[in-house]
Amino acid sequence: MGIIETKDLVFEYIRRDEEGNVEGITRAVDGVNLNVNQGDFIAILGHNGSGKSTLAKHINAILYPTEGTVWVDGKDTSDDANLWEVRQKAGMVFQNPDNQIIGQVVEEDVGFGPENLGVPTEEIWERVKESLKAVGMYEFRKHSPNKLSGGQKQRVSIAGVIAMHPKCIVLDEPTAMLDPNGRKEVIRATRALNDVEEITVILITHYMEEIIHANKVFVMDKGKVAMEGTPKEIFSQVDKLKSLRLDVPQVTLLAHELRKSGVAIPEGILTREELVAALGLGKR
Amino acid sequence: MSIILDHVNYIYEAGTAMEYAALKDVCLTIPDGQFIGLIGHTGSGKSTLVQHLNGLLAPTSGNVYYNGADIHDSDYNRKELRSKVGLVFQYPEHQLFEIDVFSDVCYGPKNLGLDKKETELRAYAALKQVGLEDDFFYQSPFDLSGGQKRRVAIAGVLAMKPEVLILDEPTAGLDPKGRDEILDQIAKLREETGMTVILVSHSMEDVAKYVDRIIVMNKGQVMFDDVPKEVFRHYKELEEVGLAAPQVTYIMQALKENGLPVDTDITTIEEAKTAILQALNR
Repeated sequence: MGIIETKDLVFEYIRRDEEGNVEGITRAVDGVNLNVNQGDFIAILGHNGSGKSTLAKHINAILYPTEGTVWVDGKDTSDDANLWEVRQKAGMVFQNPDNQIIGQVVEEDVGFGPENLGVPTEEIWERVKESLKAVGMYEFRKHSPNKLSGGQKQRVSIAGVIAMHPKCIVLDEPTAMLDPNGRKEVIRATRALNDVEEITVILITHYMEEIIHANKVFVMDKGKVAMEGTPKEIFSQVDKLKSLRLDVPQVTLLAHELRKSGVAIPEGILTREELVAALGLGKR
Repeated sequence: MSIILDHVNYIYEAGTAMEYAALKDVCLTIPDGQFIGLIGHTGSGKSTLVQHLNGLLAPTSGNVYYNGADIHDSDYNRKELRSKVGLVFQYPEHQLFEIDVFSDVCYGPKNLGLDKKETELRAYAALKQVGLEDDFFYQSPFDLSGGQKRRVAIAGVLAMKPEVLILDEPTAGLDPKGRDEILDQIAKLREETGMTVILVSHSMEDVAKYVDRIIVMNKGQVMFDDVPKEVFRHYKELEEVGLAAPQVTYIMQALKENGLPVDTDITTIEEAKTAILQALNR
């Protein structure tokens, strides 16, 4: 069994009018089957309202399935007895850095999670140190989070999750509010966690170029998984992605346009290096 | 007619230990009808700058002129200025509050003291300008999608008939299609009305695609102010201050380094395609 597994997952919420009468039911997630292996880097794409955030919130039991089951490391998330274990194993980072930092000092903020888990004090400090080092924020440990840039705040949020020693980290549009440098810092830290610490990563984003290194991409539409494959397989389908309100990285789009104009290159080019090679340039 | 910033300085918490200069000797002229991209990393002074353009902040020293008049003269009508220089904040949908879309858009013109008919006409026109279908007019703004809510919020500012529209990251958090739709709509609107548009953005690709002038802020100062091609030529300096060139510019550099004779000051996919096809057929 994988680290995260969902079987026929359905989530519905009930819309009510001002008097509380039921107006209708929205099916935000509709029959999703996922199987994520330990150490994977998974990307989830999808337009606004496609159900990707609702799906993500099931992974650390913020939401429970209406139908179907979600297992985190073999534990059924809808069983209350598993709640703490599920949340410790699958941590979550959200879009707005200012909504998820509570400590007055960076290292206190990072220590908040393990403290709540009842970790002994000495070990908390050890965990804070290693987590801040993992995201490259150790030198800021005595700083006030207020004075940090957006990218730095997000990295502190990520450190706060790592300090709980999760097996999996879910990031829901962690770069949406950041400038180009901040985006780069956060993605770099995320990839390092996956490569070095072998933490499973589930990244939700609207920036296509952030996910070209993922092992697997899921594209959501109307609560269902509409496409599933490697970045190359997914980004080879430019027109289908566009019909799902998505996009491809600029290099992929440029290659696609060149191909349409008769240049003999394959679809699904993901990097500059691949384009250089496909055009038969460079050192041979 | 234009906006002129003349040696504007702005210091937060002047005279305290927290004193911080957010704008340092900023001089800018913004003529009518330009489409301007304002870029800079978080904390570079962009937001402080735009809040000077409609008088929300007053310079610590220096002057701001709108159509030749100093907006901080004691008898200047700053309330009227705020209807002429419309500012759409980040995540403007958080500021929606009325029971339906149409009432929300009416709020601005109503506060200008316009009569009911004029208010409603303007609200209707503004909603049409942002491309919102009639079906949504009497729905609660909270039942709309993220992209639709943002359109409603922009319409709320357009209903004031601004001469200058400032948008602070209007596409943050939207999916790629939603992002293109909003920016296309703004570009179209600007063509039709001739209004000045100032787009604050973290996306170099969007800025390169739409604007005709880029102002780069760094540490409270104007670092570059030129057409996109010229600004992105300084990509190394931009990287040092947390910015970058559009991805396509780096692609062209990689191609050139590997022997394809192409220009490297290209900033859009369309230009890149033409240049590569030409170079390949040479």
